[in-house]
Amino acid sequence: MKRIIVCLKQAVDVTQLKVDPATSQLLTASAPKKISDFDKNALEEAIRIKEKNGETEIFTVTVCSEDAKPVLREALAMGADKAYFVNDHTLQNVDTWATAYVLAEAIKKIGSFDLVLCGEASLDSFSGLVGSRLAELLDLPQINSVRKISVEADVVTAERTLEDAYETVKSKMPALITVTREINQPRIPSLMMIMKASKKEIVTWTVADLNIQKEKIDAKNEVIEVLAPKTERKKIMITGENTKEIAEKLAKALFQEGIIRR
Amino acid sequence: MGENKDVWVFSEKYDLTLEIIGKGREIANTLHTELAAVLVGSGVEKKADELIKYGADRVYLVDHPALEHFQSEAYLSVLHSLAIKYKPDILLIGSTKNGKPLAARLATRLETGCIPDCTELSVDEKGRLIGERITYGGNAVAKIIFRSKPQIATIPARVFKKLKLQDRNGEVIKLDVKIEEPKTEVVETKPLETSSINIEEANVIISCGRGLEKKEDKALLEQLANIVNGQVGNSRPLAEDRKWFTEWVGLSGHKVKPKLYIACGISGVIQHVAGIRDAKIIVAINSDPEAPIFEVADYGVVGDLYEILPALTEALKKRFQ
Repeated sequence: MKRIIVCLKQAVDVTQLKVDPATSQLLTASAPKKISDFDKNALEEAIRIKEKNGETEIFTVTVCSEDAKPVLREALAMGADKAYFVNDHTLQNVDTWATAYVLAEAIKKIGSFDLVLCGEASLDSFSGLVGSRLAELLDLPQINSVRKISVEADVVTAERTLEDAYETVKSKMPALITVTREINQPRIPSLMMIMKASKKEIVTWTVADLNIQKEKIDAKNEVIEVLAPKTERKKIMITGENTKEIAEKLAKALFQEGIIRR
Repeated sequence: MGENKDVWVFSEKYDLTLEIIGKGREIANTLHTELAAVLVGSGVEKKADELIKYGADRVYLVDHPALEHFQSEAYLSVLHSLAIKYKPDILLIGSTKNGKPLAARLATRLETGCIPDCTELSVDEKGRLIGERITYGGNAVAKIIFRSKPQIATIPARVFKKLKLQDRNGEVIKLDVKIEEPKTEVVETKPLETSSINIEEANVIISCGRGLEKKEDKALLEQLANIVNGQVGNSRPLAEDRKWFTEWVGLSGHKVKPKLYIACGISGVIQHVAGIRDAKIIVAINSDPEAPIFEVADYGVVGDLYEILPALTEALKKRFQ
């Protein structure tokens, strides 16, 4: 029996995020939450590996100060077998260091595994550090930015996209892989799968359950300001009797801006 | 904590190293410390002098056949050994697909923080590094500081400019360090068919999104690009969903700053908009009057790109005559 651990973040749905126009502050507290997109790709990939290779169990691990159970139910409905949820109010201002540290301790408590899958970055903070930090803390080989995975015996082969090349990388398992969004299209669970998921287990732990010393998860970074950038665009709509007139008006405007030359 | 000093720069990409030296020089001057570049590879010694001429005061050189190609554990062990030995205050690392994981692992091994993908760096009155980065899918810019040292930040390509080559002198320190055995093996490398010119450098970009019906129709954009000396781009769905292209403009792809960006049939999700925010003028052409791209455009045209683009090409041609 193989075991795949998928790290899932409950992220702010950035497409539904509102900004307070007076202060330029983001209204993150009231924004809807969901499984971070890239992490969903990681989960989908784990399910596909299970479908192909059989004899695999998929556990998800989530670290969050708020309730994330509805989001974890969705992961279970997609096909995860069990969800581990480190839920503790002390995790409110965690940074990538602390998140990775708690994830690592949770994974150690779960026990053995063959593969850890993470999204390349999270939808909201988009740091892209936690996967690599976790690999370091668990002393695992890591393959980043992966768009294709195949598993055979105790070896994983992964294709990754670099700035100027595709690379095929092999590693012995256990290993940690971060995936890009192009790796797959995550499934939408059927009603049947959603019903079945209600019987699956969500194991909830606190930081104390993991025997983590408090000072170990003090944040190493501190966010001192988050502000929406001021974008001042002209928002001039160009209209006209016909396409030709519109095009000529637009061409004239672009010339007057002094931004085009032959 | 007080003993950490100097600003260090590392990237496995040489051009990016030079760009980061450009910014690192400014920070080192502000802090009245020295700027060091870390040069890792095989047969790279001859580049050390050039790094000094581009602005470094010192080069830590680790030259070994095992370091010819980037390898995660090998490079990590080199940087870690140097950081333990010399204790830099600030470490700026190139934010590439290999460099960012390296920075993350190094920060973890050193039990310190890391600010990824900084678009601006500054120093506060206490001499602490402040990194700025785009977050929440392009909705915000966060300013972040450290509670630990060294202060590690990663810097994407083409954010900062390299300095002019100058006649300067510096010190080259050649080191032998223990290199960790690789845990992974690269079995194949295939070049990625990338555009010959960097889209980040383009003055004019004509870009298409889901509104483009066929891959071949990109020719419409190319005709316009030819007239205005521009380049052609596309949004992520055309690359990731339709697999027509391998690159895209957007937060997760190329972040561009042209004088003119023409978005054709691009709805304008925030991840895309975050990638074009530094454009001077944005033009949106979209058949959907409700498309969010119009909210961030200077000039908007509600219409079919298949009609507007050829007409715009003609209109510009006429003006050039």
